[in-house]
Amino acid sequence: MTVRSAWFPALLAAALAATIAFLTLPVVAIFVDSSPRDLIDSLGEPGALDALWLSLRTTAAAMAVILLVGTPAAYLLATRSFRGRAVLITLIELPLVLPPAVAGIALLAAVGPSGIAGGSLEALGIELSLTTAGVVVALTFVASPFYVRQGIAAFAAVDPTLRDASRTLGASEARGFARVMIPAAMPGLAAGGALALGRALGEFGATLMFAGSFQGVTQTVPLAIYDRFATDFDAALALSAVLVAVAAGILLAAKLVAGSEALGRAAR
Amino acid sequence: MLRVEARTRLGELKLDVALAVAPGECLALAGPSGAGKTSVLRVVAGLLRPEHGVVRCGGETWLDTAGGRDLAPDLRRCGYLFQEHALFPHLSAWRNVAYPLRELPRAERRSRALDLLARFGMERLADAHPATLSGGERQRVALARALARRPEVLLLDEPLSALDTRTRGSATRELAAVLREAGVPALLVTHDFQEAALLGDRVGVIDSGRIVQEGRPGDLAAAPRSAFVADFTGAIVLTGEAGAGPDGLTLVKLDGGGSVTSTDAAEGPVAASVFPWEISVELPGDDPAHGSAQNRVEAEVVSVTQVGNRVRLGLAAGQPLVAEVTLASTRRLALDRGVRVAATWKAAATRLVAL
Repeated sequence: MTVRSAWFPALLAAALAATIAFLTLPVVAIFVDSSPRDLIDSLGEPGALDALWLSLRTTAAAMAVILLVGTPAAYLLATRSFRGRAVLITLIELPLVLPPAVAGIALLAAVGPSGIAGGSLEALGIELSLTTAGVVVALTFVASPFYVRQGIAAFAAVDPTLRDASRTLGASEARGFARVMIPAAMPGLAAGGALALGRALGEFGATLMFAGSFQGVTQTVPLAIYDRFATDFDAALALSAVLVAVAAGILLAAKLVAGSEALGRAAR
Repeated sequence: MLRVEARTRLGELKLDVALAVAPGECLALAGPSGAGKTSVLRVVAGLLRPEHGVVRCGGETWLDTAGGRDLAPDLRRCGYLFQEHALFPHLSAWRNVAYPLRELPRAERRSRALDLLARFGMERLADAHPATLSGGERQRVALARALARRPEVLLLDEPLSALDTRTRGSATRELAAVLREAGVPALLVTHDFQEAALLGDRVGVIDSGRIVQEGRPGDLAAAPRSAFVADFTGAIVLTGEAGAGPDGLTLVKLDGGGSVTSTDAAEGPVAASVFPWEISVELPGDDPAHGSAQNRVEAEVVSVTQVGNRVRLGLAAGQPLVAEVTLASTRRLALDRGVRVAATWKAAATRLVAL
């Protein structure tokens, strides 16, 4: 009996081993191929530091927009039922399945110099394409669906009587949103935020198409890596290692936030 | 005074209720799940807007659909005790209680919250999170929180059903004390008639969105207007003090005189329950040819109500009793109002619950 059923656990273990090996080997290779010395040297190059600083700034700006606008939008979609709600959610999810190059073209067509809204933006003195602000727009466009989608699920999973209780205890809906719903949905929101952040940090195609690749203005780390790839492979490798380290640090921090919340719940 | 009228369609259910509750009074709406009980509470709290409805509390109109008035839930002073308590999981007990205390200066909120918790013996758990509290403790925190705003109405949704049988007795006493002290109209909903009878001054039996009969709990059991009410009222409840009795039985000295025996073990204040159809009725002169395990209480018939092929008898004794007998025995014993009878039932049919 035990002998007969042993093949299935073995299959599961083999599948897991293959998954782990396939997913981690390339990441490990980046660090094996670049010595810590190369890393520090490559960062000493001014273009690399510019790219890192630009990536952090534009990602932070995009995340600020995503959190500030996406959180209330997700709350509304999670807590109201109305005609057309499913259509709206599908529209929000659409950028998830767009190839990055298509996203870049779409942004150009919409808010580029000759895009459908470009003229009115120009009249307001706002120029997006080939500027740092354009990078933020591109990052927000591709990363926000990850957050909003997860946020809808997180708010929908909160016991709706908590919202009712807050109202009967004299709190306006706005206060209940800030004091009860956001804390209660925090693990899910943090997970969505981490996904969006990872996507924004690694964004390449849409940024290249929409904002170009100018050092210090629109050249984020992924673009800088691509820029060095043809000429200086070691520098590209070192920058990649830096990006992996930053992304891993962010993922770990988000897991810790979500994990401590989950532990608190498990004690119930 | 709380006055509520609500007519609305809720999916398949047509809710159509009108009720009034005096200050200090508790009206218990009892009915099966899906009867629309909780919807009535939600209408009062402003969480559900009926198609047609009026809610007046004290001198204020909270809702008048005809007059176009609908006060927001946060502006109605309702102490709402939710079924699963709805404590905020990320806040400690005292912060939950302090949540509605926004009108107080920040510095006073903690001490006021602690006072409220102390009233329920919960001050030592003030810093505990809801996840670490037992069902009974959570209920006390939720009660303290519901009372924090000095509500003008208390709304209680199945306040005992989330508790295990062990904590139910003490919770019942505590709730009864809260209802007495608060001195405001209280509306309670439950699927359990015993719970309604223990806590409600009046009970409204609700079925398919309508209050089918309303009255004192004893009267409903004694004179049900429909088979539904007769079945729903279930066992009658007598309160008393339990102690050791003969032959290893438990003897309960009933409040208001008389005593009954039970095969259940108990000590101290108890609720003794027996189903009306377990009680048989004979004339007082009849020879009690049964063993000592038979309970026997002399009483006067105060009401005779036919429900289908059976008859409900309301009996006046130390505490009101209800017996259900056949039409044949009603005729044989010439049972009518004013007739004196002896109600008998087995000790084994008497269930005891500690209070």
